Amino acid sequence: MIEVRDLYKDWKEFSLKGITIEIKKGEYFVILGPTGAGKTLLLETIAGFYFPDSGEVWIEGHDVTNLPPEKRRIGFIYQDYSLFPHLNVEQNIEFGLKLRKSQDTTRKKMKEIMDWLRISHLAHRYPTTLSGGEQQKVAIARAIAIEPSVLLLDEPLSALDLRTKDYLREELKKIKRELGITMVHVTHDQTEAMVLADRIAVMMKGRIVQVGTPYEIFNKPLNEEIADFVGVENILSGVVRDNDNGVAEIEADIGGNIFAVSDYRAGAVKLFIRPEDIILSESRGESSARNVLKGRIEALDDIGPLTRVKMDNSVVALITKQSRECLGLQKGEEVYATFKATSVHVVR
Amino acid sequence: MPMRKSKIKEVKEKLKREKIFVLFLFLGLFLIAFICITLGNMFYKQAEDFSGLIDAAKDPIVLEAIWISISAAICSTLIAFLFGVPLAYFLARKDFIGKSIIESIVDVPLVVPHIVAGIALYGVFMRYGVIGAPFEQLGIAFTDAFSGIVIAMLFVSVPFLVDAAREGFKEVDPRLENVARSLGASHWKTFIKITFPLAFSSIFSGAILCWARGISEFAAVMIIASFPRSASILIGDRFTSYGLSGLPGIAGARPISVLLISICLVIFILLRILQRRSK
Repeated sequence: MIEVRDLYKDWKEFSLKGITIEIKKGEYFVILGPTGAGKTLLLETIAGFYFPDSGEVWIEGHDVTNLPPEKRRIGFIYQDYSLFPHLNVEQNIEFGLKLRKSQDTTRKKMKEIMDWLRISHLAHRYPTTLSGGEQQKVAIARAIAIEPSVLLLDEPLSALDLRTKDYLREELKKIKRELGITMVHVTHDQTEAMVLADRIAVMMKGRIVQVGTPYEIFNKPLNEEIADFVGVENILSGVVRDNDNGVAEIEADIGGNIFAVSDYRAGAVKLFIRPEDIILSESRGESSARNVLKGRIEALDDIGPLTRVKMDNSVVALITKQSRECLGLQKGEEVYATFKATSVHVVR
Repeated sequence: MPMRKSKIKEVKEKLKREKIFVLFLFLGLFLIAFICITLGNMFYKQAEDFSGLIDAAKDPIVLEAIWISISAAICSTLIAFLFGVPLAYFLARKDFIGKSIIESIVDVPLVVPHIVAGIALYGVFMRYGVIGAPFEQLGIAFTDAFSGIVIAMLFVSVPFLVDAAREGFKEVDPRLENVARSLGASHWKTFIKITFPLAFSSIFSGAILCWARGISEFAAVMIIASFPRSASILIGDRFTSYGLSGLPGIAGARPISVLLISICLVIFILLRILQRRSK
């Protein structure tokens, strides 16, 4: 368990402004934010590499605010692996073990961990001769060898190629599942956050702006800035005209009325709709969805397996290549964008 | 035959592509020639008078002078190491107001003419000097003493060690230290096990330069301690009194120089090999 209470710290270029978070034991907690938000510095302050100007850090029920990093029982993983270049794989892994355990337990434990992470064959290699993925596995082995209560990971997968990334993501899940370590993972990668996190904290400009489950973060962002960052491409403005049993009728700026599940009864609001929640069709058709907006296709962009469709009324939809072909979508063509009232998130 | 032709053509094209490097190499070779001709000529002339070199190598005065130079330089390097490595680490890791002033002070000996350094040192370390006087009470004198030679060498050579060590420490990623700390190593242990070994190669290079610079010092040593005679003082003396070649029974400046530089080169090469090995 980790508790950060009202933490402040000022550097020349960055600062942490009143950070308060509570991370449960055994939880996989992701701190998500754009570059320069201060995520790494927060993680390093939790680790004790920096000391806060004010505020407290508690780990496992102990106030560690003034303890040096070596007394905190934490594992720390950096993006660039940070293996000791003058030591081979085995020596890297036993570095922390040797400081706390007897020679015999050290050797036993080391073998165990190297087998578990399938890196035994690398034992006598030096870090510079290893691939990125291998280096990161060694770094993970080195960190979990000391049986930390908390594992802090600073963009651990960001420097790796896609396949290695997928593979290591599974390894991280395995560590959480089988060792029950509390994991705090810092990243700017939304997919990574979505796949790994039990809960996510969004960090911007030195503050935690929202904490929630991946569903909450990606579908119910608290404000426009967060919505924009988590990939809500449809951010509309409107005014609530009516509310019928928790379904608000909102007159949108782009024209037409939009129905949304919301308790607001009046006033100006913002509407967030994720592009993947929008269905495109050529005719109005019969649908249980309440909202239908008509528009002309302005742009079609292939992004990986998906196609991003931008309409002239600024609505953006993400559809599969398959459905693009089925519908035979062309630039300039008129289409209907359909979405449910539950897909619209309304904020003041 | 056609193969050959294409090869010549290939080389020609390569020279054309790398015109600037060809030109720069040509210019640079002037410097290399300057150094090689100067030292080579000295060795060559001495080779013609090989018995003179043997005589010098048998002369106890010469051997003692060389030994004094080498050992005094070792002492000054050790002192520079003891105080300079901590300073270098501090400068590499900490930012503070006036840091560039401290760094400039470290480098001042590089720009002070060494005769001036000698005069300044003499003023401080002589019997009535600020530092010389209290040491005099303890029975330690610097003027015309081995310790005076060490002090003079230390002053002129310390920047080489501190600068090299500082750059070496800077190249060690602080994140490596962070990780070591997180694994349970104290700051002190982290320095010993991670930082110092990783910076060692640079520190060692700096120490070699520091040592070599110490041996070569003449002016500052001459002012504060022309006695006991260190090698450079002896060479200077012999040059003014007996010229390059010397007289029968008295070695001139050149054989002593050749002897000194040969010994230093051997030590230098051995140290370099040792350094490579340790890597």
